[in-house]
Amino acid sequence: MGGYILKRLISAIPVLLGITIIVFLIMSLIPGDPATAILGSYATPENVEKLNRDLGLDKPMVQRYFIWLGNMLTGDFGRSFSLNRPVIDEVLERFNATLILAGTAFVLCSVLGILAGVVSAARQYGFADKAITFVVLIGISVPSFFLGMMMILLFAVNLRWLPVSGMYAIYGGGDLPDLLNHLVMPALALAAVATGVIARLSRSAMLEVLRQDFIRTARAKGVPERRVIMGHALRAAMVSIIPVLGIQAGFVLSGAVYIEIVFQWPGVGRMLVDAILKRDLLLVQGGVVFVAACYVLFNIAVDVAQSLLDPRIKT
Amino acid sequence: MKRSQWTRRGLMGVAAAALATIAALPSQTVAQTPPGVLIVGQIAEPKSLDPAAVTAMNDFRILVNLYEGLTRYKSGTLEVEPALATGWEISEDGTEYTFTLRPGVTFHDGTPFNAEAVKFNFDRMLDESHPYHDTGPFPLSFFFGAVETTEVVDDMTVRFTLNAPYAPFLSNLAYPTGLLVSPEAVKAHGADFGRNPAGTGAFKFAEWRSNEAVVIERNDTYWGDPAGTDAVVFRPITDANTRVAEMLAGGIDIMVEVPPTSLGQFGGDGFAITEQAGPHVWFLILNAKEGPFADKRVRQAANYAINKEAIVNDVLEGTATVAAGPTPPAFAWAYNDALDPYPYDPDKARALIAEAGAEGAELTFFVTEGGSGMLDPIPMGTAIQADLEAAGFDVRIETYEWNTFLGEVNPGLEGKADMAEMAWMTNDPDTLPYLALRSGAWPDQGGFNSGYYANEKVDELLEAARSATDQDERARLYREMQEIVQDDAPWVFVANWKQNAVTSDRVENFGLEPSFLLHLQGVVKN
Repeated sequence: MGGYILKRLISAIPVLLGITIIVFLIMSLIPGDPATAILGSYATPENVEKLNRDLGLDKPMVQRYFIWLGNMLTGDFGRSFSLNRPVIDEVLERFNATLILAGTAFVLCSVLGILAGVVSAARQYGFADKAITFVVLIGISVPSFFLGMMMILLFAVNLRWLPVSGMYAIYGGGDLPDLLNHLVMPALALAAVATGVIARLSRSAMLEVLRQDFIRTARAKGVPERRVIMGHALRAAMVSIIPVLGIQAGFVLSGAVYIEIVFQWPGVGRMLVDAILKRDLLLVQGGVVFVAACYVLFNIAVDVAQSLLDPRIKT
Repeated sequence: MKRSQWTRRGLMGVAAAALATIAALPSQTVAQTPPGVLIVGQIAEPKSLDPAAVTAMNDFRILVNLYEGLTRYKSGTLEVEPALATGWEISEDGTEYTFTLRPGVTFHDGTPFNAEAVKFNFDRMLDESHPYHDTGPFPLSFFFGAVETTEVVDDMTVRFTLNAPYAPFLSNLAYPTGLLVSPEAVKAHGADFGRNPAGTGAFKFAEWRSNEAVVIERNDTYWGDPAGTDAVVFRPITDANTRVAEMLAGGIDIMVEVPPTSLGQFGGDGFAITEQAGPHVWFLILNAKEGPFADKRVRQAANYAINKEAIVNDVLEGTATVAAGPTPPAFAWAYNDALDPYPYDPDKARALIAEAGAEGAELTFFVTEGGSGMLDPIPMGTAIQADLEAAGFDVRIETYEWNTFLGEVNPGLEGKADMAEMAWMTNDPDTLPYLALRSGAWPDQGGFNSGYYANEKVDELLEAARSATDQDERARLYREMQEIVQDDAPWVFVANWKQNAVTSDRVENFGLEPSFLLHLQGVVKN
């Protein structure tokens, strides 16, 4: 097992290097440079040239790439132009916020999705199945940002139950209830689509397992139905559900971008959008590399978890 | 079965606990924002609180409450009055400015305000060998590009020597780039000064929680009238819909840059809408070098063909007025109010087009998706397209994201387009025409005259106005310039934006300035 993990980690290195090259090239090649973005109306060629020199952007591209890569290997992600602080501080702070949001949403969608899928499968074509399918299809179809805005209008503006946006209250907040208060709406809005997808796939995975012989054997032995479903069937179905969870975790992370904008959650997605619009090269590059590294590690973790669950998968 | 019952009971317990938590939540959230603390909804996280390092109006809104400059804009105007300087003398030839400083002023960190401090500020920005020049970059330092030297005459007198007469100097000192920082605080914090600012203003910096809030507090040792609130909190809320929702829900007390279509939601009791015209002009650059707009009659035809009233009233919901010429009326002292906007007259437009033989001319029109001061560029662009097509042109729109758009337009429209949207906000009537209408400002010479307009008389007037030190003389020159430019029609003059803000009924004494800066010293919150 240790060797397998090590092998997977080593194979991640070229992936990460590829990511650094792609994000660097994209940011360098898209039209519009940081100096123009900073100067706006005052971007005369002369001013742009001077500012580019001050920002260290007058060197050739290849040289800039290796300087950036070399600095990153020593842990120096550079300084953001648009926020005037070290990239790594900003990314870590923002990533923490995104993890809280996406993590909550991921737990919500996994638990609710699997639960809904199992109930649906156990009661195939029954009332519960139909009701769940109906709700789940709505969840899949409504865009999350729209759902978010509607939730804000209903629960924050009209009912005034929950705060509109942000992560903590500006005054007198900062504790756990305050955080939960701000987390409820964005986490639900973010979890909606993934819950639907997981529910649909859990349902079909369960149905497939429930048709198999060992389930019939278990039932024939007189094992209680609840244990057949939760113990025997779900455990077998998890092998095909877990990869879906892994993929959905990626979707939840990327979906967080819209939700973070709608709810002004100070996460890494909103940071990247702002940084791209401001052509904050180092912040975009550092942020993308960091998120990509986390995603790669997460995928490895999912594969390892799967191989633990299913001994047939070679390690 | 026993086990499953336990699970079911457990589940019920969890559900009950969750419900109880949710039920308990509302009581905490509806807590009102405290009195004496003003919460301002901003459009973005500030870059820095170092006035020399920033360029965005969003950041300036915070800075003018923390810092002061030698001069400032007289309330309600764009005319300059003394601030940290009590007076000044200008030499005959307009190249030496000697300022007498206000005595007894200290920065928030206790550093005394004196001539040395002023010299430190300008040397830091302008002198590349200054030990603290590396706390930059200072993107707008060219505002003071004319400054050759800054000398300390005595403790309370400072003298600037310019390399040539430059009349906008006093108004540039009033611009946020001219706000003065504490030299000791810069020395103490270096490149992190922008997060640990110290000025002389009526508020002092308290804390900056990244992406959440910048908090400033009343400065109890302020030399002037003390601030009306204990503290001001600036919250960055980048999404306009969310900003509106926060305002409606009571999460913020003041909201700036309200989208035109949302203004209607604040018509009722509990809110007040404030509007103020500012030094903004929204126009179309016409390519006067080649194509149909090389003919002055066709350029005038475009001015007649576009229904500007409809754009400001319907597309912009009354948040702008029709522009008459290149200078916004907010520069009251330099504005030529004898000029009337081109009326909407499609028949006259068609006649002029026929006279020039430009019927059915194909036009390429650069439109941006959004950008500083661009208002609602896509709906405005399509309205303009429809009007021009009705007058007999064939208009093709090309849409670009803002930074890409600037990259296309600033180097000049030649070979690419016949017209492009553009907007400017400036602090002096010199800036825009000098940078965008002189023949010496064609893109290849480092200016913004992307439509290649050239008129010798306009060049002469602008140079003369820049070196005149007498304001009345400058005003006369600018008025003459506006008349010529309006007739030559290098642009389609479309709109002058009115800045707006919504305040809750707990906020008193709030006003907007023509400079678009947000001075909150006098505001009270109950």
